[in-house]
Amino acid sequence: MIRKFTLLWCVALCFFACESDDSNTGSTQQASPTFTFTHDWDGTPVSSADFNNFIFTNANGETISIERLRYVISDITFRTNSGEVLSTNVHNLVDVTNDNGLSYTLPSTIPIGNYTNVSFTFGLDNEDNAQNYLDLNSANFNVPDMLGGGYHYIQFDGEFINSNMEEMGFNYHAIRAVDNPGANPTFPQDTFFTVNLGAIPITSSTEIEIKMNIAEWFKNPNLWDLNVYNQMLMPNSTAQILMFENGQTVFSLGEVSQQTE
Amino acid sequence: MEKRGLWLCIILLCLSCSNDDAGYEPTAMPLDIPQILSSNVIPPVIPTDNPQTVEGVALGKKLFFDTILSADGTQSCASCHSPQSAFTDNTPTSVGVDGIAGTRNSMPIFNLAWNYNERFAWDGKELSLERQAEEPVQNPIELHSNWDDVVDRLQAHSEYPELFQLAFKTSTITKELTTKAIAQFERTLISANSKFDQYTLGQADLTAQELNGLDIFLREDKGDCFHCHGNPNNPLWTNNDFHNNGLDATFTDLGLGAVTGDPNDNGKFRSPSLRNLAYTAPYMHDGRFATLDEVIDHYSEGLQDSPTIDPLMKQIDQGGVQLTAQEKADLKAFLLTLSDPSFINNPEFQN
Repeated sequence: MIRKFTLLWCVALCFFACESDDSNTGSTQQASPTFTFTHDWDGTPVSSADFNNFIFTNANGETISIERLRYVISDITFRTNSGEVLSTNVHNLVDVTNDNGLSYTLPSTIPIGNYTNVSFTFGLDNEDNAQNYLDLNSANFNVPDMLGGGYHYIQFDGEFINSNMEEMGFNYHAIRAVDNPGANPTFPQDTFFTVNLGAIPITSSTEIEIKMNIAEWFKNPNLWDLNVYNQMLMPNSTAQILMFENGQTVFSLGEVSQQTE
Repeated sequence: MEKRGLWLCIILLCLSCSNDDAGYEPTAMPLDIPQILSSNVIPPVIPTDNPQTVEGVALGKKLFFDTILSADGTQSCASCHSPQSAFTDNTPTSVGVDGIAGTRNSMPIFNLAWNYNERFAWDGKELSLERQAEEPVQNPIELHSNWDDVVDRLQAHSEYPELFQLAFKTSTITKELTTKAIAQFERTLISANSKFDQYTLGQADLTAQELNGLDIFLREDKGDCFHCHGNPNNPLWTNNDFHNNGLDATFTDLGLGAVTGDPNDNGKFRSPSLRNLAYTAPYMHDGRFATLDEVIDHYSEGLQDSPTIDPLMKQIDQGGVQLTAQEKADLKAFLLTLSDPSFINNPEFQN
């Protein structure tokens, strides 16, 4: 009788041990990765402490002081090995000026595993841009209705030394490109865009650095001349499309840190 | 058995002793948030250590209007923050109990619970509404009191100890409890029933001139007011942030810069809400503009360049955004739709 019990115990222990192994490596474990947002100027780190100083030079040779920098990212997605795309309907306002939103932990969970691509939207896609976001309203991030409504994608304000060697303000504000501002605006093309970060393994505690090279807004593929495009750019669809094109190379994947249990 | 009886007596005695204190709780009084705010902006800031209560608000209101807070019993908070003026006054700067004028215009008081970064006053030096309430009482050119004396006067008063007991469950009055009560009352001062609010809710129409003024307000190539002063989706009509709006080329008042010590903040002041402009003249941190026309003229032609002028200021070399006379009139007409007569006449807010 005792022998039979011992045998049953062994079988049971093996069964539980096997099940435990499966759960540790399987896809049922969930995690909420954290995204951190860092900023640099062609490799030199930039933070709010560097603002209000004429210490940056853009590709066109203009000396710049940054005063305000904030932008919204949204709809973080994860593509699995099997091609399934896990979408999140989220947004985060990164406010570099006030050091808010620089770290964002996904409010929902995704299965732990290797993903072939992680991506996000710079700005808000047109569907999201038509929503009423109380946090973005409270941050005064709106775009007036006659310009299509919705929200800024980025608000990047500062001063530059213009061709007359005078300090002059600039407002690099990206929105959904719009023509015919007024009661019936038209939209020449979408100006939000997807940023693909590539393959990232997600473990129980993954931190993903998203880097913004601020200098890229001014140089690639369009050499940005602040003497030409400085203020009142929101109703200027040509400027908006140039921003959209330059934005494609602004973001990149930084360090991915994993904390295994 | 005797021991058990003794223990029972002790327990009953303890319960009966603590019953008086533990039984009473002030009545919770959550802010009644109007739809125009609840459907557009995130909830207001209510400190966890100072929840709104019926008794706290009532005490705060009594204190707000009571001259007992001033050194000579001649002025109250309401002396410079009158309900009929949307809780400001109508002089460029306010005169305190000693007849000395200050250097700043009295700020109106409404919707302050929605100041999310909790930097109050023109220069942001007060980091909560409670702390803000401390300052004018002891300021030598305002109420010029000593807080210890104020507390003594309140403690010796025939009504206040009982009112504090009801609001905070203690009749021992302190500066902290006094300012908590005032802050509770101030948080109830909500303005959200302007003509424009009614328009937004589909309950009123704007004239063609007012609508044109809204267009000028929102156009980046015209007024471009919205980057600092809200929009129909941000009905606070302020971003609660600090800007140098080009008032002066050199500064006699450093504003935020004097608080932070950062020269990059020199000449920056808090963007006031554009609600209730009909009642809050004169304007700006020093009350330099007597009329709304003067304010609009400033942004149109009067900007003064300085190292910290906000980059959102446009056409500085021309003095501003160069509005026509008609555009100015339209913009003014729109701005006046943000005023809320029901707020200044609300009986809950009167003495």
